[in-house]
Amino acid sequence: MKTQVLIIGGGITGTGLARDLALRGVECILVDKRDINAGASGGNHGLLHSGGRYVATDPVAARECHEEGELLKHLAPQCIEDTGGLFIAVEGDDEKYIADFPSLCAQCGIPIQPMDPEQAREIEPALSEKVIAAYSVQDAAVDPFMLSLENLSHAQELGVKWLSHTKVRGFEIRNSRIRSVRLEYTQTAEEVAIEADIVVNAAGAWAGLVAGLAGIPIHILYSKGTLLITQSRITRRVINRLRPASDADIVVPGGVVSIVGTTSIRIDDPDDAYPTIKEVDLIIDDAKVMIPALDKTRYVRAYCGVRPLFGSAEGDGDRSVSRGFTVMDHGGQGINNFITITGGKLTTYRLMAEKTADLVCQHLGVSKPCLTRTKPLPASHHDRWTEPALAPKVWLKDHGRDDVILCECEMVPKSVVDSIIDSIHQYGGKADLHSIGLRSRIGKGPCQGTFCGPRVMSYLFDRGELSADQCLQSLRDFARGRWKGLHSILWDQQLKQVELLEAMECGMLGLELKEE
Amino acid sequence: MNLDPMECDLAVIGCGIAGMAATMFAVNRGLSTCQVGSPREIGFASGLLDLLGIHPISEAKPWHDPWAGLDALVRDVPQHPYAKLNKSDIRAAFDELLEFLKSAGLPYSRHPEYNSSIITHIGTMKTTYGVPETMWKGVEAFEQKKPCLIVDFTSLKGFNAGLIVNRLKPSWPGLCAARIDFPVNRLMAEVLPEHMANTLATPNNREQLAQLIRPHVNDVEFVGIPAVLGLYRPTDIASDISQRVGVPVFEISTMPPAITGLRLKEAFERGMGEKRAHYFPRNHVTGVKHEKTGRFKVSIGPDNVSQTVLSKGVVLATGRFIGGGLHGDRTNIRETLFDLPVYQPETRTKWHRVDFLDRRGHLINQAGLETDDHFRPLASNGRPAFETLFAAGSILAHQDWKRMKCGAGLAVATAFGAVRAFVDHFRSKNYVSK
Repeated sequence: MKTQVLIIGGGITGTGLARDLALRGVECILVDKRDINAGASGGNHGLLHSGGRYVATDPVAARECHEEGELLKHLAPQCIEDTGGLFIAVEGDDEKYIADFPSLCAQCGIPIQPMDPEQAREIEPALSEKVIAAYSVQDAAVDPFMLSLENLSHAQELGVKWLSHTKVRGFEIRNSRIRSVRLEYTQTAEEVAIEADIVVNAAGAWAGLVAGLAGIPIHILYSKGTLLITQSRITRRVINRLRPASDADIVVPGGVVSIVGTTSIRIDDPDDAYPTIKEVDLIIDDAKVMIPALDKTRYVRAYCGVRPLFGSAEGDGDRSVSRGFTVMDHGGQGINNFITITGGKLTTYRLMAEKTADLVCQHLGVSKPCLTRTKPLPASHHDRWTEPALAPKVWLKDHGRDDVILCECEMVPKSVVDSIIDSIHQYGGKADLHSIGLRSRIGKGPCQGTFCGPRVMSYLFDRGELSADQCLQSLRDFARGRWKGLHSILWDQQLKQVELLEAMECGMLGLELKEE
Repeated sequence: MNLDPMECDLAVIGCGIAGMAATMFAVNRGLSTCQVGSPREIGFASGLLDLLGIHPISEAKPWHDPWAGLDALVRDVPQHPYAKLNKSDIRAAFDELLEFLKSAGLPYSRHPEYNSSIITHIGTMKTTYGVPETMWKGVEAFEQKKPCLIVDFTSLKGFNAGLIVNRLKPSWPGLCAARIDFPVNRLMAEVLPEHMANTLATPNNREQLAQLIRPHVNDVEFVGIPAVLGLYRPTDIASDISQRVGVPVFEISTMPPAITGLRLKEAFERGMGEKRAHYFPRNHVTGVKHEKTGRFKVSIGPDNVSQTVLSKGVVLATGRFIGGGLHGDRTNIRETLFDLPVYQPETRTKWHRVDFLDRRGHLINQAGLETDDHFRPLASNGRPAFETLFAAGSILAHQDWKRMKCGAGLAVATAFGAVRAFVDHFRSKNYVSK
């Protein structure tokens, strides 16, 4: 295969970059060793930062967040719920930080409104009685899956080729250029070579590993952030703790749920990250100070992302490392057609893509300007099934006789699974429980896949998507995947739920006994 | 409102298989017995009566002969509840249970000395011991690899004949699959097994079903269909359908809540009938007090209309987390009615493994009540918490029924042991007092 640009990494940076380049008429192939948003792009709060969080530590990132956040609200409204946000401090919080906050925000150009603590509790009744200071900010909630899928969808319309489950194995380098990239389709173990004029490494937490294959050393720190999902939505707005950035100080609404976190824990291997019980307890014990209901509410799942932090940490640990981003042209290191983009935030993905695309175009001699700053992200309608409560709404309005509900917790009917399978095929992907779960609410309700897992599996068999043996392995993988997010939050109701899950999948079906 | 207290010999708390079995054993021994709890969960039972399928779980070692497996288990895990019983007790408990279920209209079949393999709804094979008679032809067909048709219904989600056949065909070449629209309810896209079962109570509907199956019966000797052959008298319905189809028709288990579990509940309730002194389904125990007289005062909700039962003994068969016998919060696991000590891992970090399918099993499954040899839960001093409080079923510690495939056997055998211990206790006491 030949192309102008090969982009490695199907997170928000890679999909955003593919769209940006495609809009400038540049031909691209986008690959990911797993699927869309498999790394930090999928493992975050879904917060469109107002920038307030970084005013003290990283004014550049704060300013970028503010500008990009406002831009995205206009350009990609379908992916965003403009909830607004609050910064609140409770008794015992650092009073100097509270006092300095307004002027720090002003310096970064971030608009805030002071609010009476009483008034804050009136608009957000879940807040603690111990609130002593409150400011409203322009935070919003964003659906990161939808955002990446929309970018990808538009990019594909413009001719970008997308290969999921395609892993870089090595680079063939001659005369200071990458001549071709060796890749493997992980599901079939087939190899393929791609020749590209420019290779962009947008592999996020894995960027160091990818660059290493080309002999370029990049030092990346892996910072794991764990988050919790509540069964129901606790607040209308994004709630930030008004204190220097720390654990468990943000609660973001995500449709019908709230997302609480996060931690920041240094790990050695980005492939071995999962939420731990210690982190979960730490998050709850900390966050309940701000919102007491978080102590007793039901949590349906925990998940984590690995933040790629570029540079070295000093003093306060990983939180003091810049959340800004870096575009590296490896020309200086002896490879003239290799670029790495790393760091940054979900909120600033568009800017990251723009800067990277500018550099790519400079190499290619393309003079077309960036269009993503002004051109709205088209709503593709392929990707909307990640939105909570949408599937049942559409189903109730109009459904055929045979359109049975396959996932009862989140009311996802067969027709929605059909449309997801079609769009996976359109992307050249493969439909299994995992890829369908990624693109819908299936497996995300209270049953966490106990009932919908076997049902959807059975349906995938009927449609010929999976062979009989692949079915069971897919069910196992799905259960294991869900479990990663479950095992740290198993008490009370969820403990009952997994007892039922294990009774069905092990007691009845014996899935633990024999692997295909 | 507080109603007059009722008196009885034994109060059984819990309506799962252990509670139902304990009540049955108590009633059969002439004890006046009262039972309270929600029989909702038994509806999630598979209806298959496992005895012992796997041991040790870390090796996933299957046992064709469960009795030999029991010897190994008792030797390796002397704290396992099975170790408090002789094999002859466990046999006697099963015999009595199957006799009871048969007289209640729900006959079971088994190889007395061996486990049997049955097909699941997604085409795995499950090892079990007692098999509903309506499924038994499936066991025979599998053992002899007879030509067999598996049928599924468009309206029944999660049961897939094609998947079953594809998975099993390599070792069972005579299998084939067919999908039909379940008759009568054709206007509904989705029909629950319970509704299908009710539909098939009528001969006319059975004829319609048989007519839909018949065209697919070419050169097969058996037909397997989802377990929907009536809630009551399933054996009669199965043989009626078999006649209409022309070859023996057997049932295959479906996803829970399955009709095979519901039948168990119905059979227990019907079989016990008036023999129970009092039965409080859909009620829960709001509190238990141990009186100076040695009797238990069991308060039964709902809170606004409470009833009181005075009993000489209690069998605690409240189950684990689903049943509500145990409750886990972020720091520990407790027993919900008596606050009995619960054997458990020292911290929550050890409850579950990071891999759901970890061969060693999750340590939380070993948590539960520790008892003396008479199934009396121990207090923290290591002595029985009460003279006449007994525990049975999955609430007991040192077992992992889901991985060992011993759920029903554990429930039935320990209920047998608990009731026998209660009876022995009073016999010896009466003897002494005379």
